[in-house]
Amino acid sequence: MSDSGFMNNTVVKWIEHRMPIFAWTQKELVDYPAPRNLNYWWNFGSLAGIVLVIMIATGVLLAMQYTPYAPVAFDSVERIMRDVNFGWMLRYVHMNGASFFFIVVYIHMFRGLYYGSYKEPRELLWILGVVILLLMMATAFMGYVLPWGQMSFWGAKVITNLFSAIPLVGDVIVTWLWGGFTVDNPTLNRFFALHYLLPFVLFAVVFLHLWALHRFGSNNPLGIDAKGPQDKIPFHPYYTVKDLFGLGVFLILFSMVVFFWPNGLGEPDNYIEANPLSTPAHIVPEWYFLPFYAILRAVPDNFIGSWMGFVLVDAKLAGVIAMFGSIIVLMFLPWIDKSKVRSMRFRSWRFKLLFWVFFIDCLVLGYIGGKPPEGIFIVVGRIATAWYFFHFVLLYFMSRGERLRTLPTSISEPVLKGGGTPAGAHAKPMEKA
Amino acid sequence: MMKKLLIGAVAAVIGLSSSGSAMAAGAADPLPHISWSFDGVLGKYDRAELQRGLQVYKEVCAACHSLRYVAYRNLVDLQYNEDEIKALASEAIVIDGPDDEGEMFEREGLPSDYFPSPFDNDKAAAASNGGAVPPDLSLMAKARLGGPTYIYALMTGYTDPPADFELMSGLNYNKYFPGHQLAMAAPLFDDGVEYADGTPATVDQQARDITVFLMWAAEPKLEERKQTGLKVIGFLIIMTALLYVVKRKIWADLH
Repeated sequence: MSDSGFMNNTVVKWIEHRMPIFAWTQKELVDYPAPRNLNYWWNFGSLAGIVLVIMIATGVLLAMQYTPYAPVAFDSVERIMRDVNFGWMLRYVHMNGASFFFIVVYIHMFRGLYYGSYKEPRELLWILGVVILLLMMATAFMGYVLPWGQMSFWGAKVITNLFSAIPLVGDVIVTWLWGGFTVDNPTLNRFFALHYLLPFVLFAVVFLHLWALHRFGSNNPLGIDAKGPQDKIPFHPYYTVKDLFGLGVFLILFSMVVFFWPNGLGEPDNYIEANPLSTPAHIVPEWYFLPFYAILRAVPDNFIGSWMGFVLVDAKLAGVIAMFGSIIVLMFLPWIDKSKVRSMRFRSWRFKLLFWVFFIDCLVLGYIGGKPPEGIFIVVGRIATAWYFFHFVLLYFMSRGERLRTLPTSISEPVLKGGGTPAGAHAKPMEKA
Repeated sequence: MMKKLLIGAVAAVIGLSSSGSAMAAGAADPLPHISWSFDGVLGKYDRAELQRGLQVYKEVCAACHSLRYVAYRNLVDLQYNEDEIKALASEAIVIDGPDDEGEMFEREGLPSDYFPSPFDNDKAAAASNGGAVPPDLSLMAKARLGGPTYIYALMTGYTDPPADFELMSGLNYNKYFPGHQLAMAAPLFDDGVEYADGTPATVDQQARDITVFLMWAAEPKLEERKQTGLKVIGFLIIMTALLYVVKRKIWADLH
């Protein structure tokens, strides 16, 4: 596109004069300067974007065949699996795509946590990311209801019932969510409509996320700002090719699941059609919600009441607040972690330990979320939930007394060991070949 | 980290599995390890097993259990030819209509018809089966923990209850059923069917055949899926290797 022949084309010039979209594309997608030292953990952002596109593409095609009407919804999914050309593939890609979307986004988030990508001046970028996570969760939850299997139905019932814990208006909200007095056809209809709508809202927020990203550019493993052109390289071809290679690796892993283990991450109960008269023995959400499900169930009955001496909120509401709070607290992270040092590489072992304990804590919560709430699982679940929130308290106080270390003077210094020539913006890599 | 997360996810799923089967009256026995022809990346359905399984379904299971997502036309997968499928379909009596006089009428089944259900509705099914509705079998191989192996285990798991086990009247003891008591009596007996291909019809053989047949009923596109998967992954491995080479080349001037 930088080729002057293209920009001198009459049609291109006509459009460019009225809407400089080609210059914009050149600036934001081709020349866009990125730190030269990004490691493979930085692949997961663009990967998440690609997964979103895969989800929307397969979702639109599935919607052409799916019928959001309770008596036939389950049948219509089976028809897709059996009679629609490559319907089984669309459905398995979409179904497992949700799982992989969460895997990619969770890795992307832990990357941000480890390298301090949420810190000034990228706070808004981080907050938009949390908004994306919330939208993803809402979308995934409603999508899971659509096949109208046993877990779809009972999962919808349990989760929508949570809103009844809201004081005063809770019951009204639940009736409004259901479109009636129980989970039924109106619920399915509105969930289908919203499941189709929200990904596009998500797409718009992803655009904002990228807008905020491009203001200051990517953070990097050293967590220091770029000092000059020698610290940056153009996005294309360096990161386009690196992202494409990462995409290839991702697609191999994804295909292994889609083609050889397509139901491995799902619940067998969802191959039983929804039956309002038969409750499954254990109602569990999809694996990516398990940590939050564990937090929801961790709050003991009347815990707050007996602790405070009077009942402020009942246990159900407290559980709901804890569950949503566990995500909302992330939005405040830029102000909780006050340290000026972004990258964990230049923070003391205490912060590294804190990070890894938090990571393991999230895995423990996920494990507990899939277990029945009994015996040792309750105890472990409560400790893990308490630690989840305590982590942020610790981080708040520890980061305020943090002794700052000497940071590298520039990105290119450790990469080029001081004496490199500025490659970056002016390199023409393909000409060397 | 990817790996750890995947392990976490797998651990969670295993967690679900073990919790799902632990029910009120005691955990069911762990399922036996059976290797199936459709296992693995090259897995395929054995046509002889499928045809025998269809026979077991028709002569045993179909008395109580429907198979509503399977149509006679689907039996091409079992390597029946068009005439055989027409003949199989014509054994069924289908209620069609209304005709030009507004009357419903009976006709012979066509390849486009779905397998008929043994009962008109769930109420009729429950009334004939002591209150328990025999579930549809179309998706059974995917709708239970353990999948197809669970079906095989259930078919072969009928034993006398342990001495201290209190079996409710009208229920049957099965060591693989969660809770151990189920309404269905042991459906398979040695030589309960006479196989058209002369295979000795032991309980074990019938259990294997019906399992393979029901796996096909639940996942008819399994072979297409695995064949496609091999091609897709083969392509992706080559493409990714090439991308890696390109990446190395492009980045060479930076290092």
